[in-house]
Parts: sequence; structure tokens; C-alpha cells
Amino acid sequence: MFDWFEWEFTLSLLTNGVLIGLMYALIALGFVLVYKATDAINFAQGEFVMLAAFFGAVMLLSAGAPFWVAVLVTLAGMIAFGFGLERVVLRPLIGRPIVSVIMATIGLAAVLRGVAPLVFGAETRSIVMPVEDAPIIWGPLFISPIQLIGAGVAVMFLAAFTWFFLKSRMGIAMRAVADNQQVAMAMGINVERYFALAWAMAGVVSALGGIVWGSLLGVDVHLALIGLKVFPVVILGGLDSIVGAIVGGLIIGIVENIAAGYLDPVVGGGTKDFAPYVLMIIALMVRPYGIFGKRQIERV
Amino acid sequence: MLTINNIEVVYDGVILVLKGVSLEVRDGSITTLLGANGAGKTTTLKAISGVLRAERGEVTKGSIELDGKRIDRFAAYDIVSHGVVQVFEGRRVFVNLTVEENLVAGGHVVPNLPKVRAGIERVYSYFPRLKERRQQQAGYLSGGEQQMLAIGRALMSDPKLILLDEPSLGLAPMLVEEIFGIVRQFVTKEKLTVLLVEQNAAMALDLADHGYVMENGRIVLEGAAATLRENSDIKEFYLGLNEGGVRKSYRDSKRYRRRKRWLS
Repeated sequence: MFDWFEWEFTLSLLTNGVLIGLMYALIALGFVLVYKATDAINFAQGEFVMLAAFFGAVMLLSAGAPFWVAVLVTLAGMIAFGFGLERVVLRPLIGRPIVSVIMATIGLAAVLRGVAPLVFGAETRSIVMPVEDAPIIWGPLFISPIQLIGAGVAVMFLAAFTWFFLKSRMGIAMRAVADNQQVAMAMGINVERYFALAWAMAGVVSALGGIVWGSLLGVDVHLALIGLKVFPVVILGGLDSIVGAIVGGLIIGIVENIAAGYLDPVVGGGTKDFAPYVLMIIALMVRPYGIFGKRQIERV
Repeated sequence: MLTINNIEVVYDGVILVLKGVSLEVRDGSITTLLGANGAGKTTTLKAISGVLRAERGEVTKGSIELDGKRIDRFAAYDIVSHGVVQVFEGRRVFVNLTVEENLVAGGHVVPNLPKVRAGIERVYSYFPRLKERRQQQAGYLSGGEQQMLAIGRALMSDPKLILLDEPSLGLAPMLVEEIFGIVRQFVTKEKLTVLLVEQNAAMALDLADHGYVMENGRIVLEGAAATLRENSDIKEFYLGLNEGGVRKSYRDSKRYRRRKRWLS
């Protein structure tokens, strides 16, 4: 019936989708962390990733640092960036409507996209991971080592943050802050410090995301578009759920690859770029809070 | 334990809510603050716990002292570590957290984990129903259970002074009895001090040792709870009884003439 259906081809599309999906989930985690603590969507998440990638690339190429040093410096730089950003831009907005925080992140995104090429230069750089470039061949599958590492890092951090929010006292305090700031304050929780922590954690995720996505796509301003690509992931999975970020990432990754593999040859290409958004719109209509997002509890 | 000296509270820089409130809460006592809606009872509690600033309110005059130490300039989270915790009106549990997570969050200022665990067990011993529901999401608890959780969560910070804001609001009389009984135990067994804001004056005066009456941002009456229960104004306006102790009819009310004396 489907003469063009080949299970090997499908399997390799699926594998690719899963790996890419996990890498999406890593970036999505940045959205989730900020949203969980502050109830605001960080529209500059993609720019965070871009900035981190620039940091990493400059350390590797211009400063000639070894790979692991570059990763550590990028991590430290992005944590400092997260803390600083909270202190300078977001803390004065505490107590204001959430919309003003969101607008501030949109403004920040534009500033970062404008300033980064000024500081780092506009040319595309590459981040080279200290691994073999050749794909790992496993049966019928060709797996890119960079994607495998990216997915591995994503799984590690997704697990770590899941534990943090469910089991650690700090994680529970952070969820309490997101639930009700005033009451959290009255329970002795330093709300501002937890906001800062959330932004710093978004910095950590962005640092790793910047390194893996930077080495996959190359480092320039266009890397910031990853932020837009991850929107369907978080909308689908639920803005405040780590599990949602994983599942959303996997679904989007797989859909994207299947669309590229089966629909593109039929319609002549391009479906990969909009299929996730179609899914996002459907998700918004059917389940606006996402698959795993919290529903508002109404008690009467 | 707690002394408030002539404080004024201003919201948004212009709205004067408290106009010189002074009160004292003695160690190991239950003190109640009575008054109608909008009298400034909740604002007084928020001034003490420091959450006023998050609502653009500010203590502009006077001082609040805890055991002789001024706390009116402290941040809210700092005041909790000094042993003062507020239970908000209308429960306000963390609805997305489970019962046990609510308690863990309540014990945020307690530094070591074994003490937090012991604190959770202490709360469960007072409110066994919370133990049955420990893994449930707090938003789905009944109103009474949420009130228990709110009080238990406050107990987690190991306070010296609990500020209770209308714990009877919207609860069945039997539950209110149960909760007030436990509050009484906090004082006798745990040596806590309680400042209770209530609209249910009859119950509050039964429970409390000492009482204050607020109107329009001022304290208008003060005395031992037993004395206040016998005061004819309290009887008429707050307990709904006439001079003879009989439930009165609104037809006989001389409300406006009598109230005038307090307002001036």
C-alpha cells in the first residue's frame, strides 16, 4: 500500500527525532524554570542560548581554551548573567503585572540580538566538541555523536531538575514562591533570592544548550531562533512541567522529522518548519495548559 | 512579648489605614483583635509580619517591638526567623503543592532536616486528618482541612507568636470549635503566644485572655476578655445581645447614637 514506506527509514527518522527532541527539551527547561518560579515567560530564552554559544565559541577559538574549560567558563558566565539580569532588570519589576516582565524579556531579546554581533562579531563560528565527527553506525541507524551527547546532557539535567523540584527543600520553596508570592514571603522564604536562583538556573541550562546547539548549527545570531522553535514544545508539554518539556520535546522532535521525511518530498519541502506550530495551535485549542501543565483549581 | 506603639500605616503613599494603633500581646497569652470589616485588623497583622510592603503599604509612624527589639523595618522573611508567623485570612494554602510539601515550605527557616521532620510529625499529631491526606494536592482539600493546613504550616517555622487572621471564616461551627481548641493547646502545651483577629466576637472572647476592639483604624476599647464580654457596647454591637443578655431585635437598636461616641 505504502510503497515508499520503509521501516529502516522511519526508524532512523524516529531516532533522530528523539535525539533532537531531547535537545529541544533542554532549552524548554529554561522556559520552565523561569515560569515555575516567577510565572513569567522568558521570551529571551533563545537569546540566552545564543549568548552562551558566543561565550563558548570565543573561549575555544579566540582564547584557545581546552573544551572543558570553555564549558565551565560558559557555565559560570551564564550563571553570573542570570543573577545580574535578575538584579538589574527584573527585581525592580517585582509586584508589577506579569505583562511588564514579559515585555522586559522581549526588549532584552532584541538588545541581546543587537549587541552580541557588535561585541563578538557577525561571522559564524563553530564549536568543535572533542569527539569523532563520523556518525556512529548501529544497524540501519546513523547517529550523530554531537546529537547523542546533546541528548545525554539533556537527560541528565532534566532528571536533576526533576529531583530538585520534587524532593529538595529549595525546590519545594521555589514552587511555593510560584504558587503564592505573598504567602511564601510570610513563611520566611526570601522571594527575591529564589527569583534570582531561577534565572541563574535558566542560565545554566542555556549554557549547556548553547554549547550543544552551537556545535550542531554553528554560532551566530540565528542561533537565537531556537527560542522560537522551542515554543511549541513548552506550549504542548505545559509551561510549568519538566516532564511536559521532555514529552513536548520528544513529540515535536519526532513530528518534525517525520514531516521532513514523508511530507517534504510530496509537497516540495518546508513542512519541518511549520509542522510544530500547527501542533502548537491544536494544543492551544484542545488543552491550553499543555499535556502536563497545572490546571487552575477552582473551589466553590 | 509584642508591643505596638502608636503605629500609622499608609497604603500607596496616601491612604491612611491605621491612625495610631497601640497594643500589647503578653507572653503565653491569647489576645484577640475585634472589629467590623475595614477596621484595620488585618492591616495591623500585616504590619507586624512585614508583608505590608509587598502590597505597597508602609508603617510611617510608631514602632513594633518584639521582646524589646524593633522589627518594623525587617523584611518579611526575617521576621519569620525571629519567631513571628502569620496565618492569612481565607487559608491561602499553596494549592499546587501536596499537604506535606506545604509543611516543608512552612518550615523553610528551620535549618536542619531532622527538625523539619519532627515539625511535620508535631503538626500531624495536632491534625491527624492532614496525615491521611499528606500526598494530596492542597487545592483539593476541604475548607476545614485547608485551615488546619494553614495553621499547621505556620507551626512549622517553630514560632513564638502566631498571628491568626479569621480562622473561623466560612467554616462549620463544629470545625471552628475544634480549631479553637487546638489553638488553646498551642498556648498551654507549646507555650506559644497568639494574636487572633476575629469577626466572631463571641467565640474569640471565649478563647482569649485579653481583647482589643478596633474601629476606623483606631483601638476604641481594650480590656480583659471577661470584662469585654460584660461590656454593654460589646454586647450590643458584637455579640448581638441587649442589656439583659437576651438576643436583641434590630428595631431597638440605638446604633448610630451610641457609635458616634467612638468615632470622634
